[in-house]
Order: sequence, then structure tokens, then C-alpha cells
Amino acid sequence: MVYIITFLQIGIFILNLFQWSNMSKQKEVDNSNKYSILLPTYNEVQNLPIIIYLLVKQMNQSNYEYEIIVIDDGSPDGTLEAAEQLQKIYGKDKIILRPREKKLGLGTAYIHGIQHATGNFIIIMDADLSHHPKFIPAFIEKQQSKNYDVVSGTRYIGEGGVFGWDFKRKLVSRGANFLTQLLLRPGASDLTGSFRLYKKDVLEKLINSCVSKGYVFQMEMIIRARQCNYTVAEVPITFVDRVYGESKLGGSEIIQFARALLYLFATT
Amino acid sequence: MTKLQEWLAGLGILFAIWFHLITSKDHSTFANENYNVILYSPIVFVLIFGLYAASVVLYRVFTFNDCEEAAMELQKEIKEAKEELLKLGFKFKEMTN
Repeated sequence: MVYIITFLQIGIFILNLFQWSNMSKQKEVDNSNKYSILLPTYNEVQNLPIIIYLLVKQMNQSNYEYEIIVIDDGSPDGTLEAAEQLQKIYGKDKIILRPREKKLGLGTAYIHGIQHATGNFIIIMDADLSHHPKFIPAFIEKQQSKNYDVVSGTRYIGEGGVFGWDFKRKLVSRGANFLTQLLLRPGASDLTGSFRLYKKDVLEKLINSCVSKGYVFQMEMIIRARQCNYTVAEVPITFVDRVYGESKLGGSEIIQFARALLYLFATT
Repeated sequence: MTKLQEWLAGLGILFAIWFHLITSKDHSTFANENYNVILYSPIVFVLIFGLYAASVVLYRVFTFNDCEEAAMELQKEIKEAKEELLKLGFKFKEMTN
């Protein structure tokens, strides 16, 4: 009995070793990089000015070349007008507006945003203040340390964490994460998080190979990254649940997650 | 090989070993002496794994960092951002809630 368990654990450990060894490739540091930050928005009129203020402050402080690309999906609350005001304040080279008529999904929003991105790296994050720009330098340093293809923010390890989640929300999150790690062995601890840094060409390729919609799209991206042998690193982040507006975790999110998990389990 | 195939292969091998041990005619003394243990071992294994999973998940729920400092810091920064943006000439839309 005990032997079987030990045997299985050793097996899983060896598989993980293979994944890790694939992840440590060559070292290469380049300071001529530019970072394009993608902010897909829908009804974020309260949050957008704050997040852009914090981004500009952080990026100027750390002296990285950057641009912020706002992709607004026809928000009725005036998000685009707020973005236009911000563009006047911070300049057209820093704030780029790529609005779309209506809500068309996250994957296509990224594609739409990257089309005019001039950076060689893309940072994606939520515009609702749950992701803080103060972590961006950690993403960049991590990427440069071993020339990683993807750096993913994680709430589940080290100093990472969440604010504003009750017991039930944490239980669902941890339970879903445990199941995903068991079934998919993705080589990353946070699959549904959406605070990440990608090499531009890697992001383009990954989006094109993804079929999921909604937030489970983020999970598929990391799984596809592993499938394509891209290197993935992680940095701990804190996730402060929506200050303005409502956060959602309903039955439909759980069903979406279960379907995506089974789909990836059977096909990758 | 997909993850599903890996799981099926792993479980298939374990099932084959188990099935052989409980049905084979020329039982070794080990299999004879521990027949009941072997017969019920899959159920025991599932139960133990269930307990392991439940305890790991609960442990991680209770040790999940509550980032109160980050939330407080953010509140301060929101205030700062609003003040600074007003100075830069930004017009905030009235909050409706």
C-alpha cells in the first residue's frame, strides 16, 4: 500500500524534474526592451484613471521603455472618454487607444491590442486594480534572469495572496487548483491568473492555438505554453479583489472551469 | 500522449497487477496470506488519497495569505492618484453608487 503511494510520488517527482529541466535554458540580458501593457476594459470608468496613474508612476520610476494600450469593448459607462482624457494628459506615445464596438472576448482583445504594439514584450493585467503595477519590475527581472518566454504572476506561492476572499471562495480556488495540478501537471501554480508577461511572438502564437473563451482562456494559455516547450517562470503577486464594481464567482464560472479542465485533460 | 491517456495507462497497469493478484491460480504465499488486504486495497487507496487531498486543500485554504496591507496601501494610492489626476486636469465622472 505505502509502497504504491511512494512509487506514484516518485513518478510525479521525476515528471516534474523533466519539466523543470526544460525550463532552464540560456541566459541573455537586454536593456533595449520595450514593454507594451495591454489593458482590456469593460465598464472601468472608475478604475482606469487610477490604474493608468499607478502604471505611469511605476514605469517612470523603474526607467523601462513602455506604452499602455487600452482596448475598450464599447463600455456604456464612458471608459473610453476617460481614456481619451488620460491620453491628453500622458501623451499619445504612452497611452494608445484601440477601442472596439462591442464585447468580443479576451483572446481577440489581446490580438487586437498587439497589432499596434511596438514593444517586444507584452504585459497583460486586469484594469480593475486587482493587479498592482508595483509587481511589474519583478516580472521583468525574472524574465531577464533566464530569458523566459512567459512570466506568470501567482497568488498561491511565497508572498503571494489574495484580499477580500471569504472561506468559501478560498476553498473553491484551492480545490480547483489542487485538481488542476493533479490532472494536468502544468508546471505553474496559478493557472487562472491574468497578470503575465509574454514575449510578443510567443503571446501571438499561444493565442492562436487557444480555443477557450472567458477567464479559462488564461489556463489554456499556460497549458499550451508547456505543450510548445516555452519556458515559464513565476513571481508571487497579491490580488486585491475589486474595489469598485462586483467580483464574480458563480455556478457558471465553475462549470466553465470544469469543462475547460476536462477538455485540456483529454486533449493535451 | 495526452494527460488522459497517461492516467488511463497508469491506472490500467495498477488494475492489471491487482486483478492478477486476486485471480491468479498459482498464488504465492504472500498473495494468499494477504488476500483480503489486496482485495480491498483499491478502496483503501482511494480513501487515503481522498483524506490526503482534503487535508492538503484545507491546509492551503487556512494558510492562504490575506493581503490586508496590500489592500490598505492600495486605498491610499487611490486617494493619491485622484488628487494628482485632478491637478493634471483630469475630470472624474461622478460616482453613481
